[in-house]
Amino acid sequence: MREELIISGRMNPMVDPTLNIWHWQIPLYLFVGGVAAGILFFASLYYIMGREKKYPAAIKWAPMVAPFLLILGLGALFLDLNHKAFFWQLYMVVRFESPMSWGAWALLVITPLSIVWSATWMKEVFPGWHWKYPFLEELEAFFIKYRFVIAWIMLLYAVILGVYTGILLSAFNARPLWNTSILGPLFFASSLSTGAAVIMLMAKSHLERNIFSRIDLIMIGIELFLIVHMFMGFQASTQVQIDAANMFLGGPYTEVFWIFVVLIGMLLPAFLEVLELIGYKIPIVITSTLVLTGGIFLRFIIVYAGQASRYLY
Amino acid sequence: MRFAMAIDTQKCVGCSDCVVACQTENAVPIGYCRDWIVEVNDGTYPQLEMEIRSERCNQCSNSPCVRCCPTAASHYDYGGIVLVTQHKCIGCGACIASCPYDARYTHPKGYVDKCTFCVHRVKEGLPPACVAVCPTKCLYFGDTDDPRSEISLVLKKRKYKRLIPEAGTNPNLYFLI
Amino acid sequence: MNRRNFIRISTLSAGGAMLGTIGISGAKGPSLLDRLSGNVHPDESRYLRTPTYCEICFWKCAGWVYKNDQGEIWKIIGNENDPHCNGRLCPRGTGGVGMYYDQDRLKTPLIRTGPKGKQEFRRASWDEALDYVAKKLDFIGKKYGPETVALITHGSGGKLFTTLMKAYGSDSIAGPSYAQCKGPREAAFGLTFGAGLESPEPTDIRDTRCLVLIGSHLGENMHNTQVQEMADAIDRGATIITVDPRFSTVASKSKFWLPIKPATDIALLLAWTNVIISNGWYDKDYVEKYTSGFDKLKEYIKPFTAEWAYGITTLNPNMIRDTAREMANASPAVIIHPGRHVTWYGDDTQRSRAIAILNALLGSWGRRGGFYLPELKEIPEYPHPPFPPVSKSWRDILGDQYPFADLPLANAIVDGSIPGHLKDFQYRGWIVNGSNLNMTMPDTRKTLEAIQQLDLLVVIDTMPMEITGWADVILPECTYLERYDVLRNDHNREPVIALRMPATEPKYDTKPDWWIAKELAIKMGLGKYFDWKSFDEFLDYKLKRMGSSLEEMKKIGVKKYERTSGDLYFSADNPPSFDTPSGKIELYSDQLEQAGFDPLPRYTPHEEPPEGYYRLNYGRTQSHTFSRTSNNPNLSAIMPENLVWVNPKIAANWQLKDGQEVWLKNQDGAITSFPAKVRITERIRWDSVYIVHGFGHTNPLLTRAYGKGVSDSALITKVLVDPVMGGTGMRGNFVTFLTENPDKEVKA
Repeated sequence: MREELIISGRMNPMVDPTLNIWHWQIPLYLFVGGVAAGILFFASLYYIMGREKKYPAAIKWAPMVAPFLLILGLGALFLDLNHKAFFWQLYMVVRFESPMSWGAWALLVITPLSIVWSATWMKEVFPGWHWKYPFLEELEAFFIKYRFVIAWIMLLYAVILGVYTGILLSAFNARPLWNTSILGPLFFASSLSTGAAVIMLMAKSHLERNIFSRIDLIMIGIELFLIVHMFMGFQASTQVQIDAANMFLGGPYTEVFWIFVVLIGMLLPAFLEVLELIGYKIPIVITSTLVLTGGIFLRFIIVYAGQASRYLY
Repeated sequence: MRFAMAIDTQKCVGCSDCVVACQTENAVPIGYCRDWIVEVNDGTYPQLEMEIRSERCNQCSNSPCVRCCPTAASHYDYGGIVLVTQHKCIGCGACIASCPYDARYTHPKGYVDKCTFCVHRVKEGLPPACVAVCPTKCLYFGDTDDPRSEISLVLKKRKYKRLIPEAGTNPNLYFLI
Repeated sequence: MNRRNFIRISTLSAGGAMLGTIGISGAKGPSLLDRLSGNVHPDESRYLRTPTYCEICFWKCAGWVYKNDQGEIWKIIGNENDPHCNGRLCPRGTGGVGMYYDQDRLKTPLIRTGPKGKQEFRRASWDEALDYVAKKLDFIGKKYGPETVALITHGSGGKLFTTLMKAYGSDSIAGPSYAQCKGPREAAFGLTFGAGLESPEPTDIRDTRCLVLIGSHLGENMHNTQVQEMADAIDRGATIITVDPRFSTVASKSKFWLPIKPATDIALLLAWTNVIISNGWYDKDYVEKYTSGFDKLKEYIKPFTAEWAYGITTLNPNMIRDTAREMANASPAVIIHPGRHVTWYGDDTQRSRAIAILNALLGSWGRRGGFYLPELKEIPEYPHPPFPPVSKSWRDILGDQYPFADLPLANAIVDGSIPGHLKDFQYRGWIVNGSNLNMTMPDTRKTLEAIQQLDLLVVIDTMPMEITGWADVILPECTYLERYDVLRNDHNREPVIALRMPATEPKYDTKPDWWIAKELAIKMGLGKYFDWKSFDEFLDYKLKRMGSSLEEMKKIGVKKYERTSGDLYFSADNPPSFDTPSGKIELYSDQLEQAGFDPLPRYTPHEEPPEGYYRLNYGRTQSHTFSRTSNNPNLSAIMPENLVWVNPKIAANWQLKDGQEVWLKNQDGAITSFPAKVRITERIRWDSVYIVHGFGHTNPLLTRAYGKGVSDSALITKVLVDPVMGGTGMRGNFVTFLTENPDKEVKA
């Protein structure tokens, strides 16, 4: 029998038995950041493609939520910090090697952009809206003039943010579960899927709902493909990664992952979307909620399980 | 200059003196630690083997914690020792997640803390507290860039291994086997 | 610091020098940023340091207590001139600061208000508490005689209470360190070589070529310099042979590990003796010149072949022969280590005799790499009137029991306190200093039975312990970091003394032992035996007569003296002499024979565990001293509880999981008060379980230690008393597992 144990010193709940450094704040931050990225991605993409009339929910309405989501995410990130008084140090330096750093900077860019974007549509979304001060009116006019430029920057940063939520984790090679390049695309796909779900919720036209339902279906397909791919990759890799995968293949995270993420968060909404596409009437609230629930569970489970995955002992 | 430590697993009895000495020297809060002891047993009674390791931060030359720190609080310092500047640390925990040796912890005051190789002592010409106290003298500390240093000589003479070199960290803790 | 400086450090460290006090000049001051980041502590030399010697265990290593900028106790570092530690304390010594900072300490004198065993006390002033004790002792002395009061002590303060007891008229002054620990080997080596081993044992591990450990888990017991020298021996490539049914830490570092069946050690020792004699591997010259009874031994040992031992010990005969040859090859630089805690099966003096005989045959006594000839410094007495005669000495009280006990037995005091145990004698009062008898003595129930019969139980301690709950009066002594004590004076390669002085004022309303002893003496009208104004004066008086002074000792902490008894080993300068009746090493012991014991060691089979039971094996851990340190904040963080070691095969039989909580129940139905977690490990045999001694505290005032782990003392209800010297053999107990909470059954 092999026995490997820490006999003294590290009975420290901050380190053992699982890492236990990140709690609800980081997965929540990753989730809302992902949703916002998804929304803003579709908003800027379809604006650039000139579908302003066709997809008003995607371009005008849903982005109204994004600033709130991003501020919520920033708030969660702040709550996660243990040395809060020094949070400003994040913005004293740009550290290209640190995903945490460029995530913080990306948020610093995309949050104001999302506010500006929403502001430029205020008058269309809320008829009768007017800005209190004349300079705001001037600003609005300025931004509306350069909406195209904003859309391009926003598109870029939406991709960065969406991918970043995955890369933040996958950059840690100390955690075999996170240490896979699949996590970036997977989380980005989940971003787009959950973003589409929010747009579906807000869409008034059948056409828009239908198209985002299709997009969501594709995204779920991609997610499932990536998940299978991820586990195949783990199983073909080193022992620590096999151990990491086994947490989901018979280990403690098996039920919660396959039931809440894959079944409830992906297969079930996909099934409902297919039904919808072939003509059945399915309340969109159900589908969207399922997708969003799946997205939350994915972040929480991956963040928690990753902290239990390690090289030593 | 490249400070490193060699731990003679043949001599170490796992007494934990290094842990306690570090605790008092560096006023590490009770319940936390910067170093710890690992015991590995293999075999079936009575064909058994045991390895005891006094472990701590590996002061890696390619430190994931330095790389992932968003504020540059974690940095390479004197002789390659990896240190955390407390007033730059925001306590985000990224470095803790990044360390394959789980050598870091969040200090109750909020910043992230870990073994410093007792840099305050090293700068004054003293060995780290754990090395100075070890009853079995199983810890060797010194400059591996200097071929005449005790640690370079012992590494030349003895077989050693490093922990998880496959993580690409280029660790500076050597376990003599 | 530049590289050249660093080379200097490396070289120094290679020489094993302690660098604690060497400051390299020219080091650049830390930058403001470094100071801000907290990564820099200023130069240590400006910190105040005061000398002490450690009180956490009996090794008593000398060290320096450092204070930080705020004047608080910061750390304790070994004294580099002390041969007990060579500048390196063990984890317990390093963690000694926790003893001072422990917020659970006893804080004021307490007097019992409720019934015994209930923790109902009231706070009292020192004056009131000492008055109470003095009056009670006076009462007992007048009614039953002062000899009915016993002192049980395991600490430096004991020396002063000893003076008090002798002045009072009792010599029943015992430490559990004798009959519960090293007594049998002291008796056996005394019978064989005419000298006991004392502490620290004069084992010359530093220069040995072969170290044989029998049930001694050196390295798990941190007998500091022995561990240090053993590590050096490993470096030098010396052979280590470990006999232990458990795969101890040192077993893993040994060239030979003999996984012996428990309780069969004497068979192995006889077989080794047989192999060595029959092959003529013994030191013939040494044996001929210095020993007596060799022929009788040679005749006696014939049947005890390696094959004979195989059937008993389960050890491969070739392994027995190989290890014997290894020892012989190293002779005389070989040590069959006498061990320290040797009270196992009740025939322990005989087993220690077998060890002594083996050492004699290999000629290791008085030889380099074997046993050196230690020397002790004589410390002059502070003048006091002669002690009154003791009307009944401890020896008289024992009668003809245990003829070779050369020190009072703590267990005999416990027994003698139970009415009817002795015909015409009963102990009426105990003064207990620094010894938690409930966990130190085997069979907790019996100890409690005795305590309940006492007219007076005074406990002097720093911590609330199980025994303090039973005390009539609790006197809180301050910790060793807050007090002066008598000079440390143990034998060693060179005579050496060490000073302990207070590093700080006593916390709370606690007092040093010297103050307690002196004040109590004054109240009892015995002040003339403590005829000094302050303890400074007491120490200075002695030191001045030893070519030093208190002032000098405060600066150096440790003082070594030149040897006056000649060489460290037998030589023309220091010719062999043995303080035995024959003047020789007595292989065959006429003394034992005359007293009706076996003159040569004999193997007797011991009881084996019944079905479903496992032999209770217990031992030490590096980070704790008995039950005394379990609540120390620094040390409990290192090891908060003990685990029950179970072999995987047994765990599978019982369907036990790693970390599962079980209660242990022994052959007499005694059950542990708390559950312990199971550790499934190959390191233990399938016929035994192992726990570290000293856990399972039942006093809730110990906030960290209460309810953590289990106490072995409660499970040792069967005590195998050694008829030769009265040692309490504790390894004949068997336990089984209870996986359900046995709350309804009677708890031990």
